Parts: sequence; structure tokens; C-alpha cells
Amino acid sequence: MSDELLSEEFEETPTPTGPLGASPQQNFVSRAGGKLSGPLGPIITTLFAFLMAGVAVAVVGKNPLKVYRSIFDGTGLNFFFHFGSYSIRLPFSTQHVWFWWDTSSTAALNLQQTLLITTPIILTAVALGFAFRCGLFNIGGQGQYLVGAYFAVWIGASFVNLNPFLHVTACLAIGALAGALYAGIAGILKATVGAHEVITTIMLNWTAVWVGEWLFGQQGPLQNTTQPSIPISNTIADGAKLPVFWGPKLLQGLSVAIFISLAFLFLYWLVINRTTLGFEVRAVGFNPEAARYSGVSVAKNYFLAMAISGLFAGLAGALDITGWEYQIGQLDIPASTIGFIGLAAALLGRNTAVGIGFASLLFGALINGTSGRQLDPTVFSPDLAGNLTTIIQGLVILFVGLNLTTLVSGGVFRRRRKAT
Amino acid sequence: MTAITGRIAHVDWRGPKLVGIVGIGLGALAFWIVLPPVTTRSPLLSVLIGILAIFAGIWAVSRDQKRVGWGAVAAGLAGIFFGVIATYSSTTNLSAVVVWSALISATLRYATPLIYAAIGGLYCERSGVVNVALEGMLLTGAFFGIWTIIWAHSWAGGWAWVIGLTGAALAGMALATVHAVWSISLKVDQIITGTALNFLALGITGYIFIDKYGASGTPGNITDYGIPDVHLNFMKNWYFIGPIFGQLNLMIWLSWALLIGTYFFVFRTPYGLRLRSVGEHPRAADTVGISVYRVRYVAVIASGGIAALGGAYLSIGFVHSFSENMTQGIGFIGLAALVFGKWRPMMTYAATLLFGFCSALADRLPTAYGDQWGTLFQALPYVLTIIAVAGVIGRSVGPAAAGRPYDKQ
Repeated sequence: MSDELLSEEFEETPTPTGPLGASPQQNFVSRAGGKLSGPLGPIITTLFAFLMAGVAVAVVGKNPLKVYRSIFDGTGLNFFFHFGSYSIRLPFSTQHVWFWWDTSSTAALNLQQTLLITTPIILTAVALGFAFRCGLFNIGGQGQYLVGAYFAVWIGASFVNLNPFLHVTACLAIGALAGALYAGIAGILKATVGAHEVITTIMLNWTAVWVGEWLFGQQGPLQNTTQPSIPISNTIADGAKLPVFWGPKLLQGLSVAIFISLAFLFLYWLVINRTTLGFEVRAVGFNPEAARYSGVSVAKNYFLAMAISGLFAGLAGALDITGWEYQIGQLDIPASTIGFIGLAAALLGRNTAVGIGFASLLFGALINGTSGRQLDPTVFSPDLAGNLTTIIQGLVILFVGLNLTTLVSGGVFRRRRKAT
Repeated sequence: MTAITGRIAHVDWRGPKLVGIVGIGLGALAFWIVLPPVTTRSPLLSVLIGILAIFAGIWAVSRDQKRVGWGAVAAGLAGIFFGVIATYSSTTNLSAVVVWSALISATLRYATPLIYAAIGGLYCERSGVVNVALEGMLLTGAFFGIWTIIWAHSWAGGWAWVIGLTGAALAGMALATVHAVWSISLKVDQIITGTALNFLALGITGYIFIDKYGASGTPGNITDYGIPDVHLNFMKNWYFIGPIFGQLNLMIWLSWALLIGTYFFVFRTPYGLRLRSVGEHPRAADTVGISVYRVRYVAVIASGGIAALGGAYLSIGFVHSFSENMTQGIGFIGLAALVFGKWRPMMTYAATLLFGFCSALADRLPTAYGDQWGTLFQALPYVLTIIAVAGVIGRSVGPAAAGRPYDKQ
């Protein structure tokens, strides 16, 4: 080997790509977007993940089926199986009407919690999905979610005398915009200097976490004004809270946030499949070079896709604040993982609107069912169950990207052996 | 070594570049003189030295030394800014925070897990496989290190830490093997796999930890048989150096050996050349007979082992206990250091020192100025890395083939 090759100039050769090297995006849509088309692949993946987690349950000496049954009961999804004849009160009125489900049973209360958690997961999953469609991996959904929540709680706790409708709208709009701008930093860096969005968004995630700890910690600028020893924000004004339509307001009833979330899920489908913007975004995601040759501005779409992606995630944070959390505690900030659960839901849902909807419900139910609030500790310790959820989440992400058919036929390994 | 001395010999010491470097030094000096032990109380001297630094910078820029020149201008401005701020703070507060020997030894302690993570990531990414699972590998090492050391304590006695380190490295390599199979053979997107592994590591370590140790946590006596400190008694009383280097954990000394070994391996041996060529242009490497798959497998698995050692240092060398998700982003700071250091060992080490210094300062600032000011320093490594990839201080560009699975033809 000659000395020139060994010198460091060898690895200083400039490349036109981002810091992680040439873009993996071209492979991305095909790799993350589904080899085994249809819902079969995700369903097998999910079953497999639950099977593996069941083994983990059996290892600590518990009956997996019993544990899963208990988790399922905690999710409240059994609500749908109890038909009957009930008189229920219509939301926002005193009128009673006939309904085939009992909307005030324990199962109904549990279901409300599941749907509460599902609400932001849908939006963070949509955020990820939108960026995926443009060939971008927005791993920063968590940071954008947090920034959206910070701004919502700030606006919500200020301007106390504002008209309630204006106030709550301002909270949501500014939270969403903050998320968009925050993701936009990564978008601009990608579009102008080609900085890889995975690096920038990971860094933005952690920046958001520490800035939040500073904002809401002791003597922080947004810490509550009444109890200086408690690191928590002010509670938002009543006018900034979204109306609760199902369940008791004081016990985290279900707010209309779920409908806003579903509306944006529909909007996602509409934009991706029925607008010029969606077409250009998909074109860039499919093949940036080809898109550039056919006159699509790749840089513009990178920025737009990231900003819109951040808009969804920021809205998720704002909905959580205005829907049921009403305040942020310093300790909740590093513990929150909604953005990453959205990542799992987007991958499991194959970035389609319907798939994201179902995958988000699955993860929302799983988180609620394994929470200390729902799971009976005599059946299975909620601390263990929480980690079980993380394991299932990891397994789903790990296996959902696999080309299952090749794996089953052993094609990957066989091809290697033939080649050597 | 000849290359390094050769490079030093070729520097034009009279040129504008040197003036720029002196300018950067002056900027640092402007801040240094207001801190203990000098503690100048007048801001005037700081401002004067800072202005000198800015002039030196501007002169260097005008002679076409842009990067160093602007660096000197920035250093001058920062020196003036922080220098003036520090003169407003009381001397007692300043001397409570700025105890140089304590700050430096804290920096070394905080930088050590980072350097293991970053060096692990360096092998992986130099071979062309992106590794965002460093956090999970660190956490795996932290847990399995403490698990095996507790198990080995009853029969291995004082040497249990060897078993602990081995257990940590093996667990990290096992996790990395999954990363290797998925991203090299199965050709799944490497970032997706890495993210999945972070979750698996978090879930599995938390699950076993709760099942094994539950609410009471890991036993409190690990301090007695954790990774030992190296006592250099002869230098204990040396001025300044003694308090820093007299008693350091073994893993800190090992990290320096690892660093120097990595530098020579990656840039001065044929194996390192193969590693880099596979990461830059796998097709070309394949053509000359290098097995791209084998190099990548070895690099990825080694990366897991090295990163896990950093985790083991954290749990059985530094904190002497384990808690769920105890790494809390340290793996990602390691990744940040790797990007900040442009995938080179020595620059990466400089970055880990800088980020370790941020943590050390964040630790000491509350003693005088309240809890809040330390918190923002924790965010600094991430912000600096964003600035670095944005190209403000020289673009940070990684291995060309990183992130792309290789299809053998």
C-alpha cells in the first residue's frame, strides 16, 4: 500500500451527500414501505412480537395468556363486545337517548384512556409517515411533540381572559406551528447543506428535552407561579381546555381531541394522494434525481415535508396539553416517548392512513393496558408490563422492515452462498 | 509518527494561520484571566485582550485564512462577553465553581463513557453501517456489566470486575450481532434497525432489572468490588497534576489506550485501510478482493463490544448502581461527538472532552448559581453538533457509503 493511500487525505475526499453519506432514502420507501403488500405482513409481525413477549412473561413464571387477558381488559376494548339496551346522556346536553353500548361502564372508562393515548400517537405516526413519503426519516417526532406542548402550555396559561374558542385555537395553532418550525430547522439544513436529517433531528430531540427541563424546572421561566418548590408549569386556563364529551372531566374524560386527530389523519390521506403537494413529495421520496429532472424542486419539498411533518407532531403535543394534561411537569419530559411510539405505529401501518389508525390504536391500547392504572398487580407487575410494551415496540420495529417472504424461503442467505 | 512530525515541520509558523491561532488563544485568555486563580476584577483587561484577538482574526481573514480567522473573531467576542459577565459575579461564587483540577477530573469522568460510545460508533460507521443504537449498546453494557459482576462477586472476589467487563462486552456484541445481521445480510434500513435495538435494549434491561432487583435496586456494596481506581501515589502531591491524574478509574486509562490503538489501527494499518475503503466505496473494495460483508460484520460486532464497555464503566466504575434507562442520552452524545469530530479518533476525543466539560460544568454551576443554569449546559453538546453539521465550523461529512446496504454481485 502506498503512503498516499494511507494518509488522511484519502478520507477527506468531498462527497456531495449528507454527513451520514449517500442518501439511504432511495431504498427507504421500498424498504420501510412494504414488500409484503396488504395487512398480512404487519399482522404477522404483531403476532410474532406478542409471541416473543409472551415467552418473556413465561420466563418470569407467569401465565402469558392470563396476563394478556388482563391487559386486554384494561384497554377497555371489551367495551365493544357488550351489546345491550342502555339509556345514555348525549354529550353537551341533558337529553337521554337509547344506545346499544353502555357508555358509563368500567370498560367505557378504560376505553376513554386508551383513546386518549391513541390521539397523539396517530398524529406523531402521521408526522413520521409524511416525512417517510418524501424519503426523509424524521426521527425527531419526539422533540417536535415536546416543543408543541411547551408552546401550548405557555399560551394556555397566559391570556387568561381570552375568548375560549380563540384561546384553544391559538394554543393548537401555535403549538403546531412551533413543531413545524422546529422540524423546519432540520428541513432547511437538509435542503441547503445536505445535513442528514437523522443526525439533526436526534440532536433536536435532546435539545428539546433539556430546554424543557430548564423551562419548567425550579426557577425556570415557565415554572408555576404559586409553588416555587414544585418543578411543574402553571395549569392552563379553563378557556384553553378542549371540551370533554365522554366521561368525567375531572378524571381524564375523553376530549374532542380524538376527532381533531382523526380529521388530520384523513387530511394526511387527502394531501398525499389527492394534491399536487402530495404528488411532488412522493415523487421526491421515490427518486430525488428523477424528480429533479422533471422539474420538481427537491430542496423545497424536503423543507416542506419536514415542516408539515413537524406540524403534525407539534399538534399532537398541543392536543395532549389542551385535551387532558393541562400542564407539564419537569419529570414527564424525559419520560415521554410518544414520538417514538408514533415511529413504530407509522412503520407498522406501512405509512397508510388506515394502517396508521389501527397501529396507533394497538399501541395506545397496549400502553394503557400495561399502565399501573389499569393492570392488576396481582396478575402481573405493571413495572414489568411497561418494559414488556417497550420490548414489543422494539420487536415490531425490528421485524416490520423485514422482507418476510425472503426470510422464510432463506433467499438472503442462499444468494450469498451462491455468489461466493 | 513520522507523518505527524512531518506535518508539524511543514507548518508555516510566520503565516496568517499562526496569527489566527494566536487570536483564538487570546480569546480564551480574555476569559481565563477573570477566573480563579487569577481572578482579575476589572473587565477592562478582558475587553482589551478580546479586541486584540478580534483584530488578529480579521487580519487572518484578510490574508485568506477564513476558518481560523473567523474562529479568532468568535473567540475574541466570546472572551469579552464571558469575561465581562464573570466580573459581575462574586469571587466566592467563581471560586466555588471554577476549581480547575476538580473540573478537569470531572470532565474526564464524564467524557469516558462518551469516548467508548464514540469509538464504537467510529468502527461501525467507518465500515459503512450507521449506528444509532449506541445508546442501547451502552445501556446493555451497563446492565449486563452489573449483573455479571454481582454474580461473579461470590467466587471471583476482587477480580469480579473482569467478569463484569467481559459480560458487558459479550452482551453488547450480541446486540450488535442483531444489528449486523439485519443491516448487512437482511439489508433492512440501518436507522430503523438501530431505533428498534434501542427499544429492545431499554425494554430487556428494564425487564430483567425489575424482575431481578425490583424496588430495592442493585445491592449497595458494589463500590467495594467495582472497577478499581489506579492510584499513582508518587504524583499525589504534585501541583495541579496530582489531584487530576493521581487517582483515576482504570477505564479512563484504558480509554486512552483504546483511543491511540484505534488511531493507529484505522489510519496506519492495512486492516484499517480495508475498513475505511469498505465504508467509502464498497464496490471498489470488493473488486480488489476485500470481503465487504466480513469487514462490516467484524466492525459492527466490535462496535457493540466497545460501546458496551462504556456502559459498564458507567454502572460498575462510576455510579456503582443501575437504574432503568440510566444512560439517558449518553449514547446519543457519543454519536454527536463522532459527528462533531468528523469520524476521526483524535477530533472525536476532543469533542468528547468538550461535551464532558459541559456536563462537569453543569454539575458544578448549581453550587453557586442555582439549579437552572446547569440544565442548559446539558443541551450544549446537541446544539453544537447541529451547528457542526450545518457547516459553520467546517462541514462534517461522514463515510460515503454509510447507510447503504451492499449488494454483492
